[in-house]
Amino acid sequence: MAVSLKLFKLTKTFPGNGSLRQVPVLDKFDCSIESGQFFSIVGPSGCGKTTLLRIIAGLEKASEGQVLLNGDVITDNDRRVGLVFQEFALFPWRTALQNIEMGLEISGVPKAERREEALKYVREFGLEGFENTYPKMLSGGMKQRVAIARTLISNPQVVLMDEPFGSLDGKSRIDMQNFLLEVWEQRKMTVVFVTHSVDEAVYLGDRVMVLSKRPSRIMETFDVETPRPRDRANPALIKMREKIFELCARV
Amino acid sequence: MRGKRFIPPLMAIAVWQIATTVWEIPSYKLPSPLQVIVSLRDLIVVGLPPGHLLHTHALYSLERVFLGYSVAVFVGIPLGIAVGWSKRARFLVEPFIELLRPIPPLAWIPIAILWFGIGIKSAAFIIFLGAFFPILLNTSAGVMTVDPLLIEAVKTLNGKPRDIVFKVLIPGSIPSIITGMRIGLGLGWMTLVAAEFSGVKQGYGLGYMIMTARDIQRPDMILAGMFFIGVAGFLLDGSLRLLEKSLVKWR
Repeated sequence: MAVSLKLFKLTKTFPGNGSLRQVPVLDKFDCSIESGQFFSIVGPSGCGKTTLLRIIAGLEKASEGQVLLNGDVITDNDRRVGLVFQEFALFPWRTALQNIEMGLEISGVPKAERREEALKYVREFGLEGFENTYPKMLSGGMKQRVAIARTLISNPQVVLMDEPFGSLDGKSRIDMQNFLLEVWEQRKMTVVFVTHSVDEAVYLGDRVMVLSKRPSRIMETFDVETPRPRDRANPALIKMREKIFELCARV
Repeated sequence: MRGKRFIPPLMAIAVWQIATTVWEIPSYKLPSPLQVIVSLRDLIVVGLPPGHLLHTHALYSLERVFLGYSVAVFVGIPLGIAVGWSKRARFLVEPFIELLRPIPPLAWIPIAILWFGIGIKSAAFIIFLGAFFPILLNTSAGVMTVDPLLIEAVKTLNGKPRDIVFKVLIPGSIPSIITGMRIGLGLGWMTLVAAEFSGVKQGYGLGYMIMTARDIQRPDMILAGMFFIGVAGFLLDGSLRLLEKSLVKWR
């Protein structure tokens, strides 16, 4: 399969407080992600996962190295890349429908057209009846559906997800995982999915990359070959989870 | 249930009425509520000075407020957005705000008269000063407290600086802007009446009317005038509260 996203010697240092010593977050980070792949990244909190996504999304500049998408450097606010935030980041003054429409509104799609497109997402994402509801009145799962729809409506090639289900509880987290898989299987966009849940990373991913504590190093990358739809109790998945836990415990 | 709100003030007025009769408080010190009502009627139908009817005084005052307040809104809101958004604008503007803000608007009256002469322009200038700072400061505070995550969200939706301002910063700070407009209108209205004490050319204005009542020693008319100013200020604020309700449905 074609390589879609390539991270090349990506380094990020933040100035240390007061001293001249710099704190590295990412150190010569190399990785390639194939087009259409569901790529999970798992690692302890504070290991720089979020920084990594923010650099790919163009929200932050790398100190060194670069990110290539199909061979081109990713620019600021690249149209080809979308980001879903853990905290949803919905615009509270916009209704669910208006939130979903935002990307099309920014790129100048006429009102009737973007509304029609947004309504398709409302139907597909099970948000009927909540089109005109403000985010404050939506449940966590619904907010995240709106946020995902808002990102997908502009058809990005790469969707970055920063612990998108981190604030959801048990049942709605599992529902959202399955829902995300459905959406991904239909569209086959590249997904880079950051989480600190090993279960989630293994259940969802084609590949799972395990990161160490700061400065982030790639400890190991696993291919999850278990066919889909997967059973969470599948022995191969359980075995892989144990391997990852063991790997993390060693550090 | 709403009517209950009026019980305490009505009781206070009743006590006032009884007190003035029981303790025989001379009416040149504290006229009774009934006298005040009669005088209010006189102000409406006879006028003070005779022929200068209450509604004409009110219209002159409103015109001055409208002029000064509009300038404050049209300068204060854009400048507030700039100060809240851009560090450079803050650097340029903030020292002036901090220096000028502590000067009471009324202290500007002598210089305003020198600059603009006695008349609507100097009155409007004083009102502008009263209303401008709360509008500016609340707007910039509103912009600065917009969740930075929402700015990032609009960036990942390919938003340009223009989209950040018009689709995030402004809608996100509408509640603070309206709060600033309400405080500004209240202060402008208070300032106006005082500004009119110091002389208005046309012989009209609520402040002028009260000073005339003082000159002819009619405390009942002073109180009637004060009462009317209070009610008018309350209604002006009410119109902004309605605006707030229609614009901030999402809270």
